[in-house]
Amino acid sequence: MSALFIGIAFGWCLERAGLGDARKLAGQFYFTDLTVFKVMFSAIVTAMLGMFWLTRLGVLHDVYVPETYWLPQLAGGLLFGAGFVAAGLCPGTSCVAAASGRGDGAMVVVGMFAGVLIGGVTLPTSFYESTPRGPLTLPDLLRAPEGVIVFLIVAMALTMFLFVERWERRA
Amino acid sequence: MKRYDDPYVIGAGLGLVLLASFVISGRGLGASGAFTTVAAALVDSPMLNKSGWLLLEIGGVVIGGFLSALTAGRLQFVRSSRMLLSLAGGAVMGVGAVLARGCTSGLALTGGALLSAGSWLFIIAAFAGAYALAPLLRRSWQ
Repeated sequence: MSALFIGIAFGWCLERAGLGDARKLAGQFYFTDLTVFKVMFSAIVTAMLGMFWLTRLGVLHDVYVPETYWLPQLAGGLLFGAGFVAAGLCPGTSCVAAASGRGDGAMVVVGMFAGVLIGGVTLPTSFYESTPRGPLTLPDLLRAPEGVIVFLIVAMALTMFLFVERWERRA
Repeated sequence: MKRYDDPYVIGAGLGLVLLASFVISGRGLGASGAFTTVAAALVDSPMLNKSGWLLLEIGGVVIGGFLSALTAGRLQFVRSSRMLLSLAGGAVMGVGAVLARGCTSGLALTGGALLSAGSWLFIIAAFAGAYALAPLLRRSWQ
């Protein structure tokens, strides 16, 4: 049942930020509306800091880290981004768009479902399984303490936010 | 029709929802996983992951999105104006999400917060793919 309530809060947040509007999301890729970037990175920074401290305080442990597969995730990411700018919505936001009555959202949901089916049937498993690195993290990869990486990401995000706000005011 | 809320405030709220998900359910958010779960019921593929949790969560996303739009006076029934591109874009995203093992929610947001190396590669690749194709699609957004 908790899944349902977490989903409700998730969908609520996406809609409140305007992420049920394909045109608004697409604005990210034409530099006319940077909401996607702002929401995404403030969410990542907040959750990252929370995870960092909650694991250190012992509240959370043995958290599953999504596994890394270099080539499939590089290719998948490129495809995903291309589809994203064409659709103006991602899988989660397409559900929100559809739920708020937008036909665009419903179409993306249908397309997404077709794509998942096509991908599941046609993609070669050898490529899907290639270049596995397990639960590799940035601290592992860069051989730096986790705290340093967290600090760097926060600093980078804040710098970008400042830059974006200034740029928007000038534009 | 209410104006949209501040993106930073909502972003922080979204981060807290993700944290709550870890504390309460021991896992992060997702979206494409709900699609693969339904697809896995139709075809047999080792690349389609199944998760009942995600299916229920996406049900919640639909309800939450609906309630938010309703209470903000943003519920509107508009037909798709870019039907072909919405369908095609969705399909390409679907293939990408299967290959990458996730989407903006599960891989980028959740994995990004957990510092997964593959997640950060996915984030960079997705933005690169979108910006690379954007100029060709500019007219479709006007």
